[in-house]
Amino acid sequence: MIINGVLIDDTFAEAFNMRGTRVIITAQNHKWAHIAAATMTGFATSVIGCGVEAGIEREMDASETPDGRPGVSILMFAMGSAVLMKQLETRMGQCILTCPTTAAFSGIDGDAETVTRINLGKNLRFFGDGFQTSKLFNGKRYWRVPVMDGEFLTEETTGMVRAVGGGNFLILAESQMQALAACEAAVEAMRQVPNVIMPFPGGVVRSGSKVGSKYKTLIASTNDAFCPTLKGITRTDLSPEIESVMEIVIDGLTDADIRKATRAGIAAACELGASGGIKRISAGNYGGKLGQFQFHLREIMA
Amino acid sequence: MSALAFTLKIKPAQRVDCSPLTPDMLAGKSAKDIGATLLQCGKQQLRADSVFDISGENSNHIEFRNSHHKLDYIGAHMQQGSIVVHGDAGSYLGLQMKNGSLSLHGNADAYAACGMAGGLLHVHGNVGDFIGGALPGDRKGMRGGTVIVTGNAGDRAGDQMRRGVLLIEGNAGEYCASRMIAGTIGVMGSVGKYVGFGMRHGTILLFKPTDFHTTIQDCGHHTLPFLNLMFKSFSSLPSKFAHLSQNRVHKFGGDLANDGKGEILLFP
Repeated sequence: MIINGVLIDDTFAEAFNMRGTRVIITAQNHKWAHIAAATMTGFATSVIGCGVEAGIEREMDASETPDGRPGVSILMFAMGSAVLMKQLETRMGQCILTCPTTAAFSGIDGDAETVTRINLGKNLRFFGDGFQTSKLFNGKRYWRVPVMDGEFLTEETTGMVRAVGGGNFLILAESQMQALAACEAAVEAMRQVPNVIMPFPGGVVRSGSKVGSKYKTLIASTNDAFCPTLKGITRTDLSPEIESVMEIVIDGLTDADIRKATRAGIAAACELGASGGIKRISAGNYGGKLGQFQFHLREIMA
Repeated sequence: MSALAFTLKIKPAQRVDCSPLTPDMLAGKSAKDIGATLLQCGKQQLRADSVFDISGENSNHIEFRNSHHKLDYIGAHMQQGSIVVHGDAGSYLGLQMKNGSLSLHGNADAYAACGMAGGLLHVHGNVGDFIGGALPGDRKGMRGGTVIVTGNAGDRAGDQMRRGVLLIEGNAGEYCASRMIAGTIGVMGSVGKYVGFGMRHGTILLFKPTDFHTTIQDCGHHTLPFLNLMFKSFSSLPSKFAHLSQNRVHKFGGDLANDGKGEILLFP
């Protein structure tokens, strides 16, 4: 399959079952909502080292948020519910409670069969040292914790659902500059898709990994088959003209969301085309043995 | 199906206990059985059809017509359906009601919405003392649901209230929100002396300045984001409170004689 001169590999991305949650963060203005959201989702690129993968889903207008102030919605994913709950609580406490003017609300509501309620501000309230008060509006409990800038308002719980993490694709280009330009275009397009995040810096990861290493203690190491500087000395997956490879990793609430985001991203990258230095689109997998989901690129782009 | 209507046809000499006449109690009963329902009146028991003309058949929607201030316990313990009362009601209107809607087009006596746990009580008129309060001997008052009073309330409104929303569009008497445990009380008109006397937690919304007793203390002016959520939750109510939007308030805290975690929010 070739789109605008770009070869789409006959391969698939392999993704995993994860647990996901959404939090709506509001503040005095979008500037501070973004600061809070960026802080909360900082150091959350990969579950391997960070515990969770998190990112900003989208900006929300004042008319869309529970308290009628400008907001940002964030998504957070982990391999298990215990880690997700722990990380959510820590990040809420250190990044949202501390951030001027912010408030936090549940971003996922639904029936108990598919949505598990997990603590959002339930334990943060004790920061109030007895001066905290709760209010029940339309069946939802909120906590008001007195803080130095006024009052920190948070919903007691948010919803956790089964989600999918690890969708991905690789952009192979003739130069680093062109690979990055294609990635930027792809991420921009994918940010328009709801229910997904691209957790790596700017949505892009340059250090794709393979399983295992020559060093016994490492469980993963550089994906040498896709390293352009090793073309001549390793079993490479790259053709001579490829000088740079970058990857976009996608976590989403459902596999359909990841499919949509993958399609939007690849389409945007391919728009730069062969003339823009974009040569090939590939994907990362483990031979289909580890993940519960497979996203076949050609099927998605068909 | 038309509403099951009870039209008062006698002038009760003594108070009549109307608690058996709720959608729950009458569900599935035949017209004959409904007519034979016994109502306590003083030391006598009266058949419902000797007190009321009974018409209609939808027992999930009950109407009292030509109602009188000696009809007590209307809508007590109700859990579903609706009751509409035309005329006055006696004491204990909506006592410990759990769900459904109860509306009164007239005035009610003391202890309306006492110990209420859920549902909506809408009084188009005035109410007596202890609305949303606790029965004498009980340690908790209203613990859920919404009460709207378009007129005035007597003394001790929301006494020992535990949860829920009590909205008074007119004036409230003395000791409003006395011993309040939690919940929300709003009074659009004036309040009598000693508002929030002995309150421990909870929120009182006031719209007219008043003098507070000494253990209610000034906490300054604040813009409180939680009010946006509160206003949103009010917005669907058939009340003047549905149109609130100002979240800048003058906060008073107290009652310091009883833990002092309650708040009185005075709107400018």
